[in-house]
Order: sequence, then structure tokens, then C-alpha cells
Amino acid sequence: MASPRADTTSKIILGESDLHRVVDRIAHQILEKTSGATGTVLLGIPTRGVPLAQRLAARIHAFEDIDVPVGSLDITLYRDDLRLHATRALGKTELPGGGIDGRRVILVDDVLFSGRTVRAALDALNDVGRPSSVQLAVLVDRGHRELPIRADYVGKNIPTSPAESVRVSLTEVDGLDEVKLTGAEK
Amino acid sequence: MIKHLRSAGDLDAATATLILDTAGEMAALAGREVKKLPTLRGRTVVNLFYEDSTRTRISFEAAAKRLSADVINFSAKGSSVSKGESLKDTALTLQAMGADAVVIRHSASGAPHRLSSWVDGSVINAGDGTHEHPTQALLDAYTMRSRLGRLAGLKVAIVGDVLHSRVARSNILLLTTLGAHVTLVGPPTLIPNDVAAALSPATKVSYDLDSVLPDMDVVMMLRVQTERMQDSYFPSAREYSRRYGLDLARMRRLPEHAIVMHPGPMNRGMEITPEVADSSRSTIVEQVANGVSARMAVLYLLLGGKA
Repeated sequence: MASPRADTTSKIILGESDLHRVVDRIAHQILEKTSGATGTVLLGIPTRGVPLAQRLAARIHAFEDIDVPVGSLDITLYRDDLRLHATRALGKTELPGGGIDGRRVILVDDVLFSGRTVRAALDALNDVGRPSSVQLAVLVDRGHRELPIRADYVGKNIPTSPAESVRVSLTEVDGLDEVKLTGAEK
Repeated sequence: MIKHLRSAGDLDAATATLILDTAGEMAALAGREVKKLPTLRGRTVVNLFYEDSTRTRISFEAAAKRLSADVINFSAKGSSVSKGESLKDTALTLQAMGADAVVIRHSASGAPHRLSSWVDGSVINAGDGTHEHPTQALLDAYTMRSRLGRLAGLKVAIVGDVLHSRVARSNILLLTTLGAHVTLVGPPTLIPNDVAAALSPATKVSYDLDSVLPDMDVVMMLRVQTERMQDSYFPSAREYSRRYGLDLARMRRLPEHAIVMHPGPMNRGMEITPEVADSSRSTIVEQVANGVSARMAVLYLLLGGKA
């Protein structure tokens, strides 16, 4: 999946150790902001939101010995751009045991861009239960929002131009950990 | 993705597997409190049924409604068809109404192929004459895969009235594509030897059910379609069920893990005894539930993306 590092128009924004530090920081912020992550569920948005959610749960466990339930929420069937592309394969939706009713749900995704994915996720969430509140954690916020949506936890803000693309690679999916900005003008 | 689903032969292994995987996700969604999804909002699906059907029509209707498509049900009885309107004129009417998909069941083999040349939308074959019934094959394959964990290498016996069975034809094509081994079993008068070979050269034929059973993972019993039989294909119903009906004694010849399938509607006491149909090995009710998931997958993959 990862494009060759020799690509002249690409720039590595986060390397492996930077990415790990950023995940650690978000885990700490979640603990702080939710007073110990009680009644909290992490839901990753496929593809890369799912391993990120699992990592956050693992770090929270390592720091405070708290087990936060983790699940995944596929949003493909709720997208507003289905008709603009060829049909997409579906991802997995797996809610942790006990569901999400009355709990604080933290949606986890790799990149926050237009906000449309999060809008779809909120719709999808509505159909699987009624959480007491919903928060959003993203590894990268690259700006250019098209909807009134913001993240509660941001790993890194990356100023981009709309023409550029942010590529998050995670070991679980891509075999390495890094965040790369491609298509940048030199 | 393909545009129409007229034959199980339209599907290569990758596409068929994608449909089965998608059906799996759809089945997981069926357990939720809110079963409806917004995916096909604003799309119109016409169920065009020239032949009687309960489960297939209801199944397609439920599938389309769960995906929020608008559903128009058309049955030949009580429509202009009884006034003599041709399939082409009906098709042009549907075209003018802007149908995004037409699900057609027709007594004439090949009707979906003709229809697809007259309408812009997707055409889904819900059973045409004695030709094909591809969504039934998909739900059967899905049921086998979810019960037995795989399709490649499975040994499947399709038993009974193969000659008149569109379910059998579609299953032979799809199962072979997905790597299963099909054996057709029935009286010589109801097994079209050459047709089976033409569909898939690897298909085996046997006239002796008892000798086949111990080796099978799946036994699919077909309905004896008396309404399509103009001649006598076997001496009597009693003799048929004695030689080719699945009763408890025959079921015990199957391996421990093997499952019993039937596309419905059943002639209880003819091709299958009630004890077998209601046993834990029988997947007959499961097949109906899986039918909705499989048809949701087909509708999503055909209509969900860019037209």
C-alpha cells in the first residue's frame, strides 16, 4: 500500500516513533477528559480507524490498567458519495458486548478531512443504539472541512492544500507506521 | 461490478465471493433493532413477477426496503398483461417510470436477457422458466459457507428433478465457479446429461442416491415440479419417493457434518419427509433468512455505486 519513499513530492510528517508518541498522547487525553475512561467505548472506522482504536485501548490499559471496550463501525452504507464511485466493499461492524446504549462513544479515524465520513458515522451510530455522548479522535486533522464537525482529540494538525493527500500507514494494515503528505508543491 | 445478474454464469469467482462477503455483513445488520439502511434512498426497484412466487418476491421486497429503495410490485395478474400487453411494452412502461432495477420472474427462459436490452436499469433474474435462478444459488452458497466454513472442495449432491430446475442450473454454475464438486442424482428421465456436461464438464451424474450419500457434505433436494411436467417421467409418486426421497434412514447415511437443503416450496412426503425437513441438519428456514441478506448484497453491489 505504501508508495516508495523515494517519491520526490512526498514528505514524511510522522515517523514510527512520532506516531507512537501521538497515540500515547491521545490515550492520556482520553483518560483526562473522560475522568478515567469510565463508561467509554472506542469505535474504529474501517479500515485504519480500527487498529488505531485497538492501540488506544491497549495504551489506556498500559497506563491505568483500565479495559475500554473496542469495536468497529463501518459507514459505507451511510456514505453520501456512493453514487460518485464504483461500489465499495463493506467493512466490518462489530459492537463490543453490552452495546453502546447510555455509554460515551469515541469514534476513531485516521484522517479528518471534509467531515463527511464522520457525518456518515453519526448516522450509522444512530441506527445501532443511543450513546450518552459521542466524541471524535483522529490521528491527523488536515483541515478543509465541508461540514460543521470538529474532533475532540487530534494527534497532529497538518496544514494542507486540497490537492495534496495525507497517507496514514499502520503496521496492522500496511506493514509500517508512518504519516506521509504527498503531492506537495516544492 | 457487473450491471445485470441474469445468470450465475455472469459471476466470476472474485465477484461471487464479494457478493457472499457482502451478504455476511448484511446478515450481521439484520440482528439490529433498526434494520433499515439509507443506502439506496431515491432508487426505484420494480418487482416484475409473471409467475407465482411467495418467498422470492417477499425476499426481494424486504431486501430492497431494508436498503430504503422505493419498491413497486407488479404481478401479471390484475395488470395490463391480462389484457394482452407484451413483455416489451411493459418494459418500456417501466423504463419511462425510471426504474433503476427490474427484478423479473418469468415462465419463459431467457426473458431477463430480452428485458435487459429494452431497459437502462439493472436486470436481476428472479427465475426464468427452466433456465436459471441466480440469487437462489447465491443464498444456497452463502448457507453452505456459513454452515460448513468453506465452498472449495465441498461435495454437493443435487437430487431430483434437475430437468425442470432453474435452481439446479444456477447452482451447478456458481458452485463450480467457487470450487465445489457437484453430483446430480435422480431418475434418468429427469437428469439432462448433456446439459449438465455443457454447464460444467466436472459435474458427475448418478442414478443411485444411496451410494452417493456417504460421501457428501451437502444434499440439496429439488422440488418435483409437476406443473412443468407434460409427460410422465416416473411411474408413480410413491416409487419416486422410495428411490429418490430423503427420509430419516437415508439421512443417517450422510456424514455427521453434512447438511440438507431445499429451495422450497417443499412437497413434504414426496422428495423429503417432514422428519428430515424439520431436523437440525436441515437449513430450509435458514435459507429463507439468508435469501434476504444475499439479495440485499446483490442490490447494493448492482445499484449502490456509480450507474
